[in-house]
Amino acid sequence: MIPPDSRPHDPASVIGKAPPIGEATDLLVIGAGPAGVSAALAAAGRGVRITLVDENPVPSSVMGEEVPLQFGARMSAVVANRNAMLEAVFEANPQLAEALERGIDVRLGTAVWGLFPQRRTTRWIGGHVAGLADAQRAYLLGFKQVIVACGRRDMGLAFQGWERPGVMGASAAYRLAKTYGALDARTAVLLGAGTEALQIADALAAQGVRIAAVIEQAEAAGGPARLLARLTGRGTRVLTGRVIREASGDARGVTAVKVAAVDGLGRDTGRALETLECDTVLLGVGAVAAIELIEASGCAVGFQPQRGGHVPVLDASQRTSLPYVYAAGDCAGIWASKTLSEAVACREGAIAARAALEALGVRGEGEPEEPPVPDWPPRDVALERLAWVRASVLRAPGRPWVCPCEQVTCDDILSLRPPRYLGGQREAAETYGLGSAAPAAVPDPDMVKRLTRAGMGPCQGRRCREQIAALLALAADRPLADVPLATYRPPVRPLRLDQLAQLPESPAMAEHWDSWFGMATQWVPFWRVPSSYAVATRCTGEPGAGE
Amino acid sequence: MSRAGSEGAAVIVVGGGVTGLSAGWWLARDGTDVLVIEAGAIGSAASGRNGGGCSHHHSPLFLEEQRLWPMLDELLGYPTEFRPNRIRIALDERQFRLYRRALENGARQGYRTDVLDAKQIRALVPFAGEVYGGYFHHFGGHANPHRTVQAYAWALQDHGGRILQHAPVLGFDTRGNRVVGVRTSRSAFACDHLVIAAGPATGALAAQLGVSVPLMSARAEMIVTEPLALMQTGGVDGNGLYGRQTLRGNLAYGGGPHEWVELQDTGGRAYSTVLQGSIARRLRALFPQAAHARVIRSWAGFIENTPDGRPVIDRPASPGNLTIATLSSVGFGLSPAAGRAVRDLVVSGTCGFADLSTLGLGRFAGLEPGWRALQGWLPAAAGGE
Ligand SMILES: Cc1cc2nc3c(=O)[nH]c(=O)nc-3n(C[C@H](O)[C@H](O)[C@H](O)COP(=O)(O)OP(=O)(O)OC[C@H]3O[C@@H](n4cnc5c(N)ncnc54)[C@H](O)[C@@H]3O)c2cc1C
Repeated sequence: MIPPDSRPHDPASVIGKAPPIGEATDLLVIGAGPAGVSAALAAAGRGVRITLVDENPVPSSVMGEEVPLQFGARMSAVVANRNAMLEAVFEANPQLAEALERGIDVRLGTAVWGLFPQRRTTRWIGGHVAGLADAQRAYLLGFKQVIVACGRRDMGLAFQGWERPGVMGASAAYRLAKTYGALDARTAVLLGAGTEALQIADALAAQGVRIAAVIEQAEAAGGPARLLARLTGRGTRVLTGRVIREASGDARGVTAVKVAAVDGLGRDTGRALETLECDTVLLGVGAVAAIELIEASGCAVGFQPQRGGHVPVLDASQRTSLPYVYAAGDCAGIWASKTLSEAVACREGAIAARAALEALGVRGEGEPEEPPVPDWPPRDVALERLAWVRASVLRAPGRPWVCPCEQVTCDDILSLRPPRYLGGQREAAETYGLGSAAPAAVPDPDMVKRLTRAGMGPCQGRRCREQIAALLALAADRPLADVPLATYRPPVRPLRLDQLAQLPESPAMAEHWDSWFGMATQWVPFWRVPSSYAVATRCTGEPGAGE
Repeated sequence: MSRAGSEGAAVIVVGGGVTGLSAGWWLARDGTDVLVIEAGAIGSAASGRNGGGCSHHHSPLFLEEQRLWPMLDELLGYPTEFRPNRIRIALDERQFRLYRRALENGARQGYRTDVLDAKQIRALVPFAGEVYGGYFHHFGGHANPHRTVQAYAWALQDHGGRILQHAPVLGFDTRGNRVVGVRTSRSAFACDHLVIAAGPATGALAAQLGVSVPLMSARAEMIVTEPLALMQTGGVDGNGLYGRQTLRGNLAYGGGPHEWVELQDTGGRAYSTVLQGSIARRLRALFPQAAHARVIRSWAGFIENTPDGRPVIDRPASPGNLTIATLSSVGFGLSPAAGRAVRDLVVSGTCGFADLSTLGLGRFAGLEPGWRALQGWLPAAAGGE
């Protein structure tokens, strides 16, 4: 808590207006996948309060917004039944029952939409606070240490028709199939042949989804031969040096894709397009660490190819640059051997738990484990993403939306064209184009976003972020790692106004709420302003009168 | 004005926010050789993070603000998304009384305001519910801050002006009573005249030239919803909030307590906080018919403030070729007029279209040295780090 401050303070400022925090925990674990559950279990029974939250089951309306994953409208009707979904989530993860038995406060269907750590400029809040929301409520939870184990999502990839129902993220399909038992897909083609993509296709095939083909832009599949052989054994074709040029379909969604052969620069080789029938396209071109909470809370993040892209900067105990925030599992980095063995993520969870316990004054047993080390040499995810975007997005006929929420094409992005709602005023900026807004610098995705609106829609940029970064790198002929990361801001899940409005506030907040600074002198009309100003003689007015 | 050698410009403007860019544009329009130097990316500070409101009826620049905005797209040649007029809704009698000031100030300067009853408000504002009353101001309005920043920048370049980004100004070279050069992290530039329009950093930069500009910084934040059906008038606010429905349809609103900060403590990034819940609570009350709208983003920014909350636009006696412009939290709306005023001060020493006497530094001659503490403008005490 803030020590009592005897200095006079500006009554219109935040001081003295900290929200009442109804609940508190010692260790908050976000995400009940392998890493999160093993962190929570590793810390259990040591006398600290542990809260384990997981957003699954995600409300079906949120899934419809392609949040947190691109579900592509391939959820079966059962997702609307919340109780059935809760049961499914419990059944899919037997360790959750163990966590409950061991006294862990488990909250399912609960998303963390913001982490608000105490820092120099938020001392007034009086402690670390997390913003939580379930289907109805939004509330605050105080915490002392937090382990973020939020997993991953899929990189989006535009081609003609990719906004059709049935085009979905590979991990979204896995989530629906494995956690919810609610994947409505019969025949799928998989785009991408890395380890994460093949592993998911293998799991889906085992559940009876026919994987018609694996399509890979590169000359060869990057994932393990063993998984590839299992798929081909089930009749999957492996088409390398190919991209999807078009997904066609009807009101229910995709019915077929047209596949083109491309050369090393992503150009069509001129061979005839091949048509494959399918009802689902699985986007598996890139697994992206889900760092939105981590980045929005201010932890340092860097592009680390060996960890699969932008990930938090971590020390040997999985600790981020904010000493009370840890990351474990996929959101701490993605590499092939980690994907293939859950034990790696679990070990990260246990390491983070031990460090968090020590910070809470509980000594760990035995020697601390060595942190898992990414595969070496790393797979070049930067080059892979650039190649996919060059072959699929830049060369797409018909100019598909890269940002489907705001309907922004790749040309719009590269020529910094103002959005469509401006009608006739759209063309003005074209004389300048991308280089002009920030000459001599790598184009900044945040600037591109503000001018074109790409990434500003309800899916919060989940489908277009990585594509935009790659487009900017290609346009500037710079490595992907040089393109700054567009910032994340809370709420990192879309939250209804009437939910967010439920957050508690102190009576002082309402007593002195002003629309702007509450400074009486600011609004004295210029014809009545005295010629000199001093604090002692200034006029003071009543609260609430800011303009 | 002559050009001060190849590595320089006749006029150097420090700060690529709306104030500096507008000033640069006005100067470039006149054919003046101008270089705007910005520490980061243009508009990356408050100028790209504000509410977009353009209704400053208390200011000596009001008439010019109102004259310029409706023609700004045409003058600049790029869209700003300016939309005229403002509706302000009072949910209770007290708000209704407090909000009346805009009617009075506007009327005195020749602008009309209609008083609205609850029924009229619900007809004009489909998201409104139970209200006490409100005002329809036939003045003011709002624009898109990002687009406006970029429009100034492109227009400035169209007239031959230059912008240097990612080059923080570190210091100045003086000769006698004049500033002759500007040192940046990249290289040095000569100048005949210097404009400091560096937002919250204006005080520290001016101090290097012996000019005292009392300033303190504060953090404020806003929330944004997903796009909704467009209301007839986007500039609707009230119930303790400022903001607008954007032309795309998003509701973008802020208000409530600010936080006094020492800029050097902030690490440069302004974070939004749990205050977003309190903003949402008031927005929900203002627009009950939009209660289902999803909040998809928030942002925060650092704001420059003088002790009386009024801008400083002035040419100090010494150095003789320096102009200072810092807008004290109302700089977005005033930017077209403020830039023109700066141009006038640079070119002729006085403003040709408005009386700037209330915006001079002279008013602070008797300011107590401990004014920040006396006004309680202090960051929260240490603790909980
Ligand atoms: C949440 C919020 C809501 C607001 N709402 C409104 C509103 O509705 N209407 C309104 O009129 N105003 C509003 N404001 C205030 C308005 O944004 C500011 O008054 C205005 O943007 C100030 O513009 P500026 O150019 O003077 O300063 P800034 O935007 O701060 O720009 C100054 C620039 O100078 C640069 N700089 C600093 N130091 C150096 C250096 N050493 N070298 C080079 N460059 C340097 C900075 O990087 C910065 O880009 C709001 C502000 C915020 C944060």
